[in-house]
Amino acid sequence: MTTDLFDKFDSIMAEYNQLPKGELNPFTVTMEAVISPTEAIINGKKTILAGTNNYMGMTYNQECMDAAEDALKYFGTGTTGSRVLNGTYHGHKKLEETLKDFYDVDHAIVFSTGYQANLGVIATVAGPKDYVVIDADSHASIYDGCAMGNATVIRFSHNDPENLEKRLARIRRKDPDAGILVVIEGVYSMLGDQAPIKELAVAAKKHDAFVLVDEAHSIGVFGQTGRGVAQEQGVEHLVDFTVGTFSKSVGTVGGYCVSNHPKFETLRLVCRPYVFTASLPPSVVASANKALELIKDSNLRVKLLENSMRLNKGLDSAGFNMGTTGESPIAAIIIDDKQTAIAYWQNMMQEGVYVNLAVPPATPNGLNLMRCSLSAAHSSEQIDFMLEKFIAIGAKLGVLD
Amino acid sequence: MTLDTTEIFDQVCELIAPFNQKAVSIETDTTFATDLELDSLSVMDMLAAIEDHFDVTVPLNILPDLETVGQVAQAIKKILDEEN
Repeated sequence: MTTDLFDKFDSIMAEYNQLPKGELNPFTVTMEAVISPTEAIINGKKTILAGTNNYMGMTYNQECMDAAEDALKYFGTGTTGSRVLNGTYHGHKKLEETLKDFYDVDHAIVFSTGYQANLGVIATVAGPKDYVVIDADSHASIYDGCAMGNATVIRFSHNDPENLEKRLARIRRKDPDAGILVVIEGVYSMLGDQAPIKELAVAAKKHDAFVLVDEAHSIGVFGQTGRGVAQEQGVEHLVDFTVGTFSKSVGTVGGYCVSNHPKFETLRLVCRPYVFTASLPPSVVASANKALELIKDSNLRVKLLENSMRLNKGLDSAGFNMGTTGESPIAAIIIDDKQTAIAYWQNMMQEGVYVNLAVPPATPNGLNLMRCSLSAAHSSEQIDFMLEKFIAIGAKLGVLD
Repeated sequence: MTLDTTEIFDQVCELIAPFNQKAVSIETDTTFATDLELDSLSVMDMLAAIEDHFDVTVPLNILPDLETVGQVAQAIKKILDEEN
């Protein structure tokens, strides 16, 4: 008998089917209406959004909405084409200029999603005779970029410069001339921890490797003008490629890569995830452009981190086993077993708070997490409401003593 | 010093021990996914331990070809031979 192509997923579906159906299923949440960056109607109930990565609350910024509306009116709903054919409008070029200005770099390329930016850059620049060296806790888009490319892929222990150095030395011993790309993230999304970019990049430069930093969760959040962790740590000169997304702080969708490499523009011809997909709709491009201008000069990051630390400190002093430590836009508590984590998530929803249920393989070290991403748009009252619900449910489920 | 495949296999077995939570007896044809019930992330962590022990580079690219403990020992032998 021939193989049913779907048989390989039977064990995953068996596990999924144990979850309750309907509104208590954590993977089928539907927003019936969205009220603001921090509130939506879910299952007919007004719910506080505490897990949407909407760090700056830009989704309802009036200036961004006006810019999007104008673009919609004058340029239509979509480009129906690739950037290299009919899909480059004035707005796409302007957005790339804004990114160059934002990062103070020579080159910027806009992709249709952040996922495609990682996929495209990693798979393209690292070829058959090259090496990609990635942090073990890298996002799926980085792993997938490695899988799509033809380079040799090596993993180093999470945020461990010594471990990276050891692996780079081994590569150089075997292959003194090979091209090497080291890939790290500014902020890791699940536990909100920052990479020690300086130490990692110094190790990379010692072995003449290129450094790519994904600032998806740190653009807008860290650095004096919101460029991310590399700016915060004062090490932008050690970074060759910065990748990021418009789907978090920027409040829409899309991705980008910026660089000072003199041959960077070559990517527009050879990077398949750039060439073989439609470009972003004009309205998206216009709102991203406006949001970047606003982020650069705003102090929203101060308010965001204030909100995040209010929740993190509150959870910590209530006695939760914290996944997040230090300054971060993310708050995560560790729940011992998956069933309790699912029940926790369901209880939070019933109490009107949407958080992320994060379970393996999306999490490092097999952790089950209740993960929150905060927003500058949250009010102190909303944070205190979340905290109150976290503590009440923690006590109810025996997570807190 | 060159190690033969049996010596490498024995050392790999020791390195796998911390991941062998069900105390399965390990033979050359013991599989990671079915016998040891390791997910892909655990296999990658195990590989990192093996890399450091033998001081070699084991690319993630060869992971799909490594289903059994014996295949890992053979792959390490091959890498060591190439490097020396």
